[in-house]
Amino acid sequence: MTTSAIEVHGLRKSYGDKVVLDGVDLTVAAGTVTALLGPNGAGKTTTVHILSTLVQPDGGTAYVNGCDVARDPGGVRAGIGLTGQFSAVDGLLTGEENLLLMARLRHLGADRAKARVAELLEEFDLVEAARKPLATYSGGMRRRLDLAMTLVATPSVIFLDEPTTGLDPRSRHTMWDIVRGLVAEGTTVLLTTQYLDEADELADRIAVLDGGRIVADGTPDELKRLVPGGHIRLRFADAAALDAASRLLDETARDESGLALTVPTDGGVGALRTVLGRLDAANLEVDDLSIHTPDLDDVFFALTGRVDTKETAS
Amino acid sequence: MTTITTTRPTTSDTRRQSHVVADAVTMLRRNLLHIVRYPGLTVFVIGAPVVFLLLFVYVFGGTLGAGLPGVDLAGGRAAYVAYVMPGILAMTIAGTAGGAATTVAMDMTEGITARFRTMAISRAAVLAGHVLGNTIQALIGVVVVLGVGLLVGFRPSAGPTDWLAALGMIVLIAFAISWLAVAMGMQAKSVENASNLPTPLLLLPFLGSGFVPTDSMPGWMQWFADYQPFTPFIETIRGLLLGTPLDWNPALAIGWCVVIAVAGYAWSMAIYERKSVR
Repeated sequence: MTTSAIEVHGLRKSYGDKVVLDGVDLTVAAGTVTALLGPNGAGKTTTVHILSTLVQPDGGTAYVNGCDVARDPGGVRAGIGLTGQFSAVDGLLTGEENLLLMARLRHLGADRAKARVAELLEEFDLVEAARKPLATYSGGMRRRLDLAMTLVATPSVIFLDEPTTGLDPRSRHTMWDIVRGLVAEGTTVLLTTQYLDEADELADRIAVLDGGRIVADGTPDELKRLVPGGHIRLRFADAAALDAASRLLDETARDESGLALTVPTDGGVGALRTVLGRLDAANLEVDDLSIHTPDLDDVFFALTGRVDTKETAS
Repeated sequence: MTTITTTRPTTSDTRRQSHVVADAVTMLRRNLLHIVRYPGLTVFVIGAPVVFLLLFVYVFGGTLGAGLPGVDLAGGRAAYVAYVMPGILAMTIAGTAGGAATTVAMDMTEGITARFRTMAISRAAVLAGHVLGNTIQALIGVVVVLGVGLLVGFRPSAGPTDWLAALGMIVLIAFAISWLAVAMGMQAKSVENASNLPTPLLLLPFLGSGFVPTDSMPGWMQWFADYQPFTPFIETIRGLLLGTPLDWNPALAIGWCVVIAVAGYAWSMAIYERKSVR
C-alpha cells in the first residue's frame, strides 16, 4: 500500500464574498502525479498556495508529508518545492547564481552546492547560458531554471502551478520529459493545468476542479468512461454508397451533406474489423475513415458544463 | 520512495532558528550582488546628497553661513561647510531609504519572495538581508559624501575615539532607517509608490537643525524641529565631529534609533506573511 503524500479534507477559502474553495477533498499517493485540472478561476492556484504554506485556509485540513500546513508550516516547507505560474527567479542574477542562492539557502555546503548546481545546469540544458544574465533567457529557459531552483534540495513533493502555460510546443515537451524524470526518481507531483492533453500525458490521477469543488477524480481512463463512447466515421463517394452502408450497419447516424456515417464503437480493433468486413463483403468503397475515441476534452466539457463547440459543429 | 509521515515541529523549528544568521548572510550577499551588478540606483542615491552639498556650500553657503551666530560676513562659506556637513550626512542616510524601499518592492513583485516563503527560511533572514545591504550602501554613501566634504573644505576637529563614536552613530541610524525603509517597501502597492513613500524622510533634516539652527525658526516649527529624530541625530554627529555641546543628544539619538528599528521590524514582519503572494 502506498502512503499519501498529500491529504486534503474539506478545504475552504474565501476572499471577501468570493468563495474560491468550497470544500475540496484530495488525496495524492506518494510517488505519483496528480493533475488538478480546471478552467481559469476554478481555485487551482489557491489550492497549491495553501498546500505550499503561502496562504492560510479558512477551513478544512491539509497535510503534506504528514505535516499540517496550518500548524507546522516549517515541517511542510522542509519537504516541498513550488514552481509557480510566474517565474520565481532573481532576474538580476545569472542562472548559475540563482541556483547557488538556492543551494546556500538549502545549506548544502560549498562542495555539494557546486556539484549540485553543475548537475542541474547540465540536466536542464542551461550550461551555455549559466553565466548570462536572466534578461537574455527565453521563456522556456526561465521556466526550466525556475524548476531547477525548486529541485536543488530534491524535495519529496513538488507543486507545479501551470508549468507549461505560455511555452512553445518544444519547451512543453522538454518540461514533460523533466516531470516524467522526477516521477521516475520517486517524487510526488501535484500539477495544475488547463490543458487536457497535459493531464492525459503526465498524470496518474486527475482531479477536476470547478467552482471551488472537485467535480471528478480518477485515472484518465476512468474519467473518459464518464462520457459516451467513441465512434467510427466513414465517408463515401456518393449518396448511393451511403444508403447501402447505412442499411448494412446497425445504429448508425447519417450526415447527408458530408456523405458520412457515424458508427458507435468501443474503440477496439475487433469492432473496427467487423465494420470493415461487412463493407468489404458488400463491395462498398470507403473514401475516408476516422476513429474518434473520447478524450479528456469531452470529459472536461461534460463535467464543467461548458459547451463543447468542437462536437456540436460536426 | 520513502515518505516522511511523522510530524516533527520542534526539530524543524530549532533547525530553522540555527540557520537564521547563515540565511541572513546569504540574502545579504544577494543584495550586494544586485548593487554591484546594477549600480544605477546606488549612484543616484549617493549622487543626490553630493549635489545638495555643493549647492548648499557654493550657492547658499556664503549668505547662510554669515547668518550663523558669531560668524562674520567674510568667513560665511567656510563656517557653513562645517555647519551643514552633519545635516548632509543625515540626508545621505535618509536618501538610501528610497532605494531600499524600491528594491524591496521590486522583490515582492518578482515572485522570488513567494519562493523564499515556501522554503524553510526565516522571515527575519530575508528582511535582514535587505536591511544589512542597505546599511552597507548608506555607509558607502557617507564615506563618499565625507570625501567630497573634505575636498570642499570640511575640517572636523574629531579625534580617533570621536570618529569611532560618530561611525557607530551613523551605522545605528542607517540600520534603523533601513528597517523603516524595508517596511515601507513592503507596504507600497507598487514599485513607483515605494520610491515615493520614504520621501518625507529626506525633508526631515531641513525641518531640524541640519541646515539652519532651530532657534531661527518660528515657535511651532522650532518645537517640531527640536523633538523630531533627525535633530538629535545631526546634533550628535556634529558634536562628535566638530566638538559642539552634545548634551542629551546621543541618548535621544540612540533611543530614536531603537524605536524606529523596532517599529520598522515589527511592521515589515507583519506584512511579510500576507503580502508576498501574487
